[in-house]
Amino acid sequence: MLNCKQLQFNYPKSRPILKSVDLNFGSGNIYGLFGKNGEGKSTLMKLVCGLLTPEFGYCTLFGESTHARSVQTLKDLFFIPEDFELPALPIYTFEKINSVFYPNFSREHFYTLIEEFRLYRKQDISKLSFGQKKKVLIAFGLATNTPLLLLDEPTNGLDIPSKSQFRKILASSINEDKCIIISTHQVRDLHSLIDHMVILDNAQVIFNQSLSTVSDALWFGRPSKENESEVLFSESTFGGRVILNREFQEESEVDLELLFNGVLSNPEKINSILKN
Amino acid sequence: MDFDNSKPIYLQIAEVFYENILEKRWKEEERIPSVREIAMLVEVNPNTAIRAFNHLQDLEVIYNKRGIGYFVAKKGFSKVMEIKRKEFMEHTLPDVFKKMNMMNIPLEELINAFNQEKNEKE
Repeated sequence: MLNCKQLQFNYPKSRPILKSVDLNFGSGNIYGLFGKNGEGKSTLMKLVCGLLTPEFGYCTLFGESTHARSVQTLKDLFFIPEDFELPALPIYTFEKINSVFYPNFSREHFYTLIEEFRLYRKQDISKLSFGQKKKVLIAFGLATNTPLLLLDEPTNGLDIPSKSQFRKILASSINEDKCIIISTHQVRDLHSLIDHMVILDNAQVIFNQSLSTVSDALWFGRPSKENESEVLFSESTFGGRVILNREFQEESEVDLELLFNGVLSNPEKINSILKN
Repeated sequence: MDFDNSKPIYLQIAEVFYENILEKRWKEEERIPSVREIAMLVEVNPNTAIRAFNHLQDLEVIYNKRGIGYFVAKKGFSKVMEIKRKEFMEHTLPDVFKKMNMMNIPLEELINAFNQEKNEKE
């Protein structure tokens, strides 16, 4: 559905942010985009939705270049950036003005979400807190029903109950026709929703796997005496968890944080096991 | 739902199903929530929820009526009992034995504790 080919980008006078990035995103999945600070997650998202121009390479959504920003493409994607400005308008005016650009927009869904987030349609957006503004944008983004939804650090600024609400909303909105890409550092907020992990490091994609492949091949947990020697990666903390070759052990839940650290410390090792 | 981070989430969802069936909140031949509703309730990816449903269908705890939804199987309750008993015998007990060995707890002490608990309840 969404393809990135040999994507290359750098900001003026800076080192390359992305070097020849190839990625394919399919519908029906929630992708987690991970990487340390400044490794190009947000840049990749902006390239995908046509807000930045690649140095080389391209992104296509349903075969159309996203950089061309045609009406055809823009109606099919929505991007919720980490930082954003919203106009000083009442929520319902904001909805009226912007919803016309999205043919599958559901007003009913939008106002249900607004109510669930304890906001009112007549509230002036400029008088809302950062977290509340984010809720307006999240509600709007989900109500657009676009096939592609990009979320950059969506849980930043959300209070504790809203994070759970957000997970519920996201779980109910994904379907076979949609693709959701989430970049986040708050692994714990979203680990139960993500089913595919992409890691960016040193301007490249160093990891790109579905979590079902990962849980088939690797085992996460506390080591016992018998398997101490086969550890692929271990946390350095006392009593820390480890990654092992799963082999005949029972399936374990993928620990995204551990996997992320394991891949960063030795990408070749983990990737070579997953290839077999 | 709070996930313990060692067991796969789909199996943890299955545990909730077992509990509901054993406590008769979900009765045999009764309709249970849909995949989407469960995904939303426990805040997981619907693909994970589908895995839990498929797993329980394979174990004949629930079944699917095409176009209507999922139901607890006719013998769902006894199936769950069987599964939980097997789990107790194959996983919980060996674990207890291991700990008893480690701490030098003789079997008699266990029997006494068991009888005492039983008496207190009666």
